[in-house]
Amino acid sequence: MTEYAAPPAGLQIAHVSKDLGGRTIVSDMQLEVHAGELTCLLGPSGCGKTTTLRMVGGFLQPDAGAILIDGVDVSRLAPEKRPTAMVFQNYALWPHMSVFKNVSFGLRLRRLPKREIRERVEKVLELVGLTHHVRSYPAQISGGEQQRVALARALVLEPKVLLLDEPLSNLDAKLRIRVREDIREIQQRVGITTVFVTHDQDEALSISDRIAVMSGGKVEQYADPRTLYREPATSFVASFVGAMNFYTGSLHDGIVELPGGARVPCDGVQAAEEVEIGVRPEDVRVTENGDGAEAVTLREIPRGHYKELVLQLGDAEVRAFVPPELPVSERHRVRFTRVVVYREGVLQRSAAPVAAR
Amino acid sequence: MSVVEQAGVVPLAASRKPRPTVRSLALRTVGVVLVVTLLVFMVGPIVWLALRAFSDVWPYPRFLPSDWTLKWWHSVVADKSLGHTIKLSFEFAPVVTAVSAAICLPAAYAFSRFNFPGRRTLLVSLFATNAFPKIGLYISMAGVFYSLNLMGTFMGVVFVQLIGTVVFMTWIPAAAFSAIPRSLEEAARDAGAGPLRVFFRITFPLAAPGILVAMILSFLYSFDEAQGTFLVGIPNYITMPTEMYTLVLNYPEQAAAVFSILLAIPSVVLLSLVRKHIMGGRLAEGFQIR
Repeated sequence: MTEYAAPPAGLQIAHVSKDLGGRTIVSDMQLEVHAGELTCLLGPSGCGKTTTLRMVGGFLQPDAGAILIDGVDVSRLAPEKRPTAMVFQNYALWPHMSVFKNVSFGLRLRRLPKREIRERVEKVLELVGLTHHVRSYPAQISGGEQQRVALARALVLEPKVLLLDEPLSNLDAKLRIRVREDIREIQQRVGITTVFVTHDQDEALSISDRIAVMSGGKVEQYADPRTLYREPATSFVASFVGAMNFYTGSLHDGIVELPGGARVPCDGVQAAEEVEIGVRPEDVRVTENGDGAEAVTLREIPRGHYKELVLQLGDAEVRAFVPPELPVSERHRVRFTRVVVYREGVLQRSAAPVAAR
Repeated sequence: MSVVEQAGVVPLAASRKPRPTVRSLALRTVGVVLVVTLLVFMVGPIVWLALRAFSDVWPYPRFLPSDWTLKWWHSVVADKSLGHTIKLSFEFAPVVTAVSAAICLPAAYAFSRFNFPGRRTLLVSLFATNAFPKIGLYISMAGVFYSLNLMGTFMGVVFVQLIGTVVFMTWIPAAAFSAIPRSLEEAARDAGAGPLRVFFRITFPLAAPGILVAMILSFLYSFDEAQGTFLVGIPNYITMPTEMYTLVLNYPEQAAAVFSILLAIPSVVLLSLVRKHIMGGRLAEGFQIR
């Protein structure tokens, strides 16, 4: 292979648009998933994330643009011709086939020798930890196990791209966390390029290499979880990912002015009029008698390993995460250690030192 | 009656400790009365029919016949036309079932999976044939059948019976196809199966119970259909139900009772054979759609 000819490995979504029922669901979408990377498509329902995934899988044809896998345009191929495998939201296991038959279906279609089929099915069932259920039917195993069968069925075909459509939304909260860790672990072990659709930001933050936050059929920001959380590029991302206090106010040098006139000190901010100001609850420093703006305590919510305080500053309400041992009194002093500033929804790096810390 | 006794007495005995209130006693009595009424209306006619088939003399006010006999069975079985009508019925029923399946199953699939202009209208219009009194429909059809030389022919009888079978042969399988989540088909496409293979490996096996029900209903409909068959078929094609008319007119009613029991045998046998498949819950429990 020469260094010029190597096509970009992984998945590329290039200027893809899709209208459904007279509505634009995906518009001029751009996304590049590197080989072996797990990318989450994160967004509220109706943002186009599932439509995008279905276009990659071949169940929908893009109206414009192209989808490339390892540099090859697959946009016009039927699902059965694509090197993709999908794990459906409801798992879509065939109820009239045993686990073995479900997983081996694709291999049997390819007319592989019986022995090879058995070996590959056994190997993949071992990978997902389900060897004891080879003969079971989907109705006889639990939701989490069905989910893993669906994953095994997708992996056994050794696809170039693995697609997961909200695969955990049918599991209860505890199981969801365990299974998502399992999925991440298996994905890293196999090293497969993966696109994972979810509306759960917690899920996205904990398993992704990169996250594409979508809204209105467009990618708002595509970044690694840390950047996404600390430097949300738009106010939509800032409010969708993680908890965030949001105000329309103005900045003075070293001071954040909230609606109602409360002035909260914050190092490094520079003067700006009429901007949107976002403050993460963990960036609110609460002290009993230090310097800062005076705040009235409204509520105290225990959260286990931390405590949430709801404070009143002038007309504004501020939520703060504080250590559980902090004594709560009626009045507190408040500073911001870090704010993000937006004008017309776009991050203003000049107004506040976002990259600090 | 033992069923009724159990329903009435056992719960009463069991509820001795918390004393039964007037209200619960009244409710229970109403329940028992309903069950008994239902049994009388459902089982009563069948019992009466069975008694009739073996009775010789049954004077009016008596509760049971005074004399028992097998002579009606002898005379019906000895009737030389009977064997022929049974054979004919067993020829028509499978042919009508097969033809209606061939016509209706693709239509059912289309109704369930594709959205085309006029879909709803077409689906509902299948009921139109049932909206008119059948005999009126058959008589106006007879005109068309005469001009097409279908009167008194095998195919003519098949066509007239199809009128009745298309409705459920389309609606029931369409419902069965619609009950299959599309993702099951998409998953098979994803695994590498083309559309035809998806149909035969996934869709058809999953819809099979519904299709089976429709085919049995169609078989039984053809087996029991008398009006249209009589009108189009005579004198060349006399099936069991049309023969019934002759029997009722020419023999005492006991012979008709014997004949209806004979006519019921295939239905009972068929339904008990497939009961397992219809009631078997694998289809229902297999879908994990929440």
